[in-house]
Amino acid sequence: MSELSQKLLQIRSPADLENLRLSILHKRDPSRTCISVCAGTGCRASGAEAVVDALIDEIERRELQINVEVKETGCHGFCERGPLVVIRPKRIFYQRVKPEDIPEIISETVLNGNIIERLLYVDPATNEKIVYEPDVPFYKRQTRTIFGANGEIDPTDIEDYIAAGGYSALSNVLFHVSPEEIIEEIKRSGLRGRGGGGFPTGRKWESCRLAKGDIKYVICNADEGDPGAYQDRSLLEGNPHSVLEGMIIGAYAIGSHRGYIYVRNEYPLAVRHARIAIEQAMDYGLLGEDILGSGFNFTVTINKGGGAFVCGESSALMASLEGKVGEPRAKYIHMSEKGLWDSPSLLNNVKTWANVPLIINKGANWYSQVGTANSKGTMIFSLVGKINNTGLVEVPMGITLREMIYDIGGGVPNGKKFKAVQTGGPSGGCIPEQYLDTPVDFDELNKLGSMMGSGGMIVMDEDTCMVDVARYFIEFLKGESCGKCVPCREGLDRMSEVLSNITQGKGVREDLDLLKDLAGILRDGALCALGQTAANPVLSTLHYFRNEYIAHIDEKKCPAGVCRELIQYSIDPEKCEGCLRCLRACATGAISGEKRKPHTINQGMCIKCGACYDVCKFDAVVKQ
Amino acid sequence: MARYWINGENWVEVVDAEGVNVVHFTVDDKEIAVSGGQTVLEAVQRMPGIGNIPHLCYHPAVKPYGACRLCTVEAVEGSRSRFVAACLYPVKEGLVVKTNTERVRKLRKGILELLLARCPNVKRIQELAKEYGVEKPRFILGDQDCILCGLCVRACQEIIGKSAISLVNRGIYREVAVPFYAYELNEDCIGCGDCAYICPTGAIQMGPDGKPVLPRVKIPYAEIEAMKQRGATITS
Repeated sequence: MSELSQKLLQIRSPADLENLRLSILHKRDPSRTCISVCAGTGCRASGAEAVVDALIDEIERRELQINVEVKETGCHGFCERGPLVVIRPKRIFYQRVKPEDIPEIISETVLNGNIIERLLYVDPATNEKIVYEPDVPFYKRQTRTIFGANGEIDPTDIEDYIAAGGYSALSNVLFHVSPEEIIEEIKRSGLRGRGGGGFPTGRKWESCRLAKGDIKYVICNADEGDPGAYQDRSLLEGNPHSVLEGMIIGAYAIGSHRGYIYVRNEYPLAVRHARIAIEQAMDYGLLGEDILGSGFNFTVTINKGGGAFVCGESSALMASLEGKVGEPRAKYIHMSEKGLWDSPSLLNNVKTWANVPLIINKGANWYSQVGTANSKGTMIFSLVGKINNTGLVEVPMGITLREMIYDIGGGVPNGKKFKAVQTGGPSGGCIPEQYLDTPVDFDELNKLGSMMGSGGMIVMDEDTCMVDVARYFIEFLKGESCGKCVPCREGLDRMSEVLSNITQGKGVREDLDLLKDLAGILRDGALCALGQTAANPVLSTLHYFRNEYIAHIDEKKCPAGVCRELIQYSIDPEKCEGCLRCLRACATGAISGEKRKPHTINQGMCIKCGACYDVCKFDAVVKQ
Repeated sequence: MARYWINGENWVEVVDAEGVNVVHFTVDDKEIAVSGGQTVLEAVQRMPGIGNIPHLCYHPAVKPYGACRLCTVEAVEGSRSRFVAACLYPVKEGLVVKTNTERVRKLRKGILELLLARCPNVKRIQELAKEYGVEKPRFILGDQDCILCGLCVRACQEIIGKSAISLVNRGIYREVAVPFYAYELNEDCIGCGDCAYICPTGAIQMGPDGKPVLPRVKIPYAEIEAMKQRGATITS
């Protein structure tokens, strides 16, 4: 773009912004067919890109470009059923669409208005076919205030965001609201940090505004690294401008002129969309010098993280931004007073930033209507693990775990029994069935020995061994520990040593006390939150599933049949039909037998891979 | 306003001079006044007779780091009580510090058990462990000398200004090494012996060529044990 046209494009006042919004809307025909394809990371993995290519080819072939628009949007949330295609304005919802289905979609649905039955979503509860997106139970029970726009806008086109009323909160505050009033509004809304800690956002902003220093920084924490969590990623991929707008408002409120988005390099799409968003906002005069003609300057730089889990911790993140090794330091003086390069720094999670424009536009009173006494607003959770509807859900604070897992998530697949749900990432705890009616908010989850974290929710069924789960998370944290302080480096290593012993049948009763002692050292002694909360998976499983530990130690049995050293496969001669399937499947040749005669497993050669168990059609292979 | 400043065994009355930042706080039920801007550990160390806070990774010559966590104390501010590293926590007006509660002793005992399991042959660790009642660690014993306190690295960087050595890798693979994992120290090392002098465990010794011999932190204990079971011989 030439310098002149760039100048012409720039929005110089709130009136310009409103005019631009109206002119964009004017250009658009609301009745025009718009096919929006979810091109979030989840749907891309199931082939959304090929669907988009097929759509564009088909539309070009039939010369329908004027009548039909194709939009690649961010994540819609229902990843289990991807690739998702929504045909607007009617919002006809097709799931698991393949490129082969495209000609039919165009000829039948787009041109003739007929519904293609086989692409519809079938509600497993009622066996009813659902035609329109808002009627899908998965979406129906959600409150999609910050995530809802994901399905409607093209994240690479700023005009989509502006047309949907974007940047109006910014233009409002720059001319009509003082920084103090913004902070007061955020405080009144009751917004708490969505990155895990749950610190009141307004108070953080206030202390950063009051902190002494000429230079202040605003940082967006997009270094999401919990196993099974991808909501920050999806928000930054699907609606980067909402995050950016929140950051600019935050910068104006605390008096900062420089911002950073710290995003991990493993999120290439999030990096690309954030970069495009920044470039476009610069071109439109919404970022950079003299924003909207208000005289306020603010620039944002993207910093790509190297993928260390600990760099999601605020002090480690800032060390990494400074170009140093990403190790946490003591935070006895808050980051809002002495953070990046010892200057006051305002660090918030992606989701927190995305909440800000909403609060400014609709007001703190509106915002605080949703939620519980001390946790306001909505929260995005990633519902993963042994659950029917894997995906991202946005729900009001205070919803019960049961509603989330059964009503939205569709329950546990294959008729298995629910066992536990692990909330809040690797440092969260495992919550058993008797607490499923607990309302989900910051304080209630803490009471159960778990935490909100960044919103991960891993559902486990009866085939999950809780000792093995604890071992897995401790292994993960051991690998991600920076190794600076003794409790975390040595303690986690020893904890994983003890847990491995238990899962291998080498545990003794004293190990349980040892685990508790180690947990105490981590909680009281570790330098940063990673270590301080690391023992949660062990403590919560010890508390709620103590009998499983005892079974591993005393009886040398794994009740769930997961821990290899403690299980044995054998063949029931009564049931075995002698079909040779298991014999062929066995990788080590441990199974012997003749056709139509019962087979046997040579235990010395068996590596307990479970292949025979999986292939047997007569349930003759027994796992003990 | 008159307060008490402890000078050895003597109680001396001091008056807050105007313009001098004096902070009053309590350590184990003793009220003391010190000049502000220092850490709890510094303040307590300058006052013999007040609380004994053990430490391994602190040295007055370099910046505090907070890695060994042995100096953890209980800090009470208002109604909030938490465990903090005394070497990093700044003194504050009205702060109440407890250096020797049961939970603090238990934490130190636990840390020393972990350290003794890592370095069973280091005299300083043995002594401290004995003081806190650790007899035999409940873990597989390692054979390291280095506790990764980072004093050598900080001394080389902050005092000598050379950074000939640094801490590399993370978690249990962390170790003191030459930049880029070179086989030997390069010309950045001036052979001053600062690292060997400051090392609290004697893990760094000066070699015959006038350059320090670095501790080699190698394989995690559990893995060593597994390798031994598979019949491997462990040399170093």
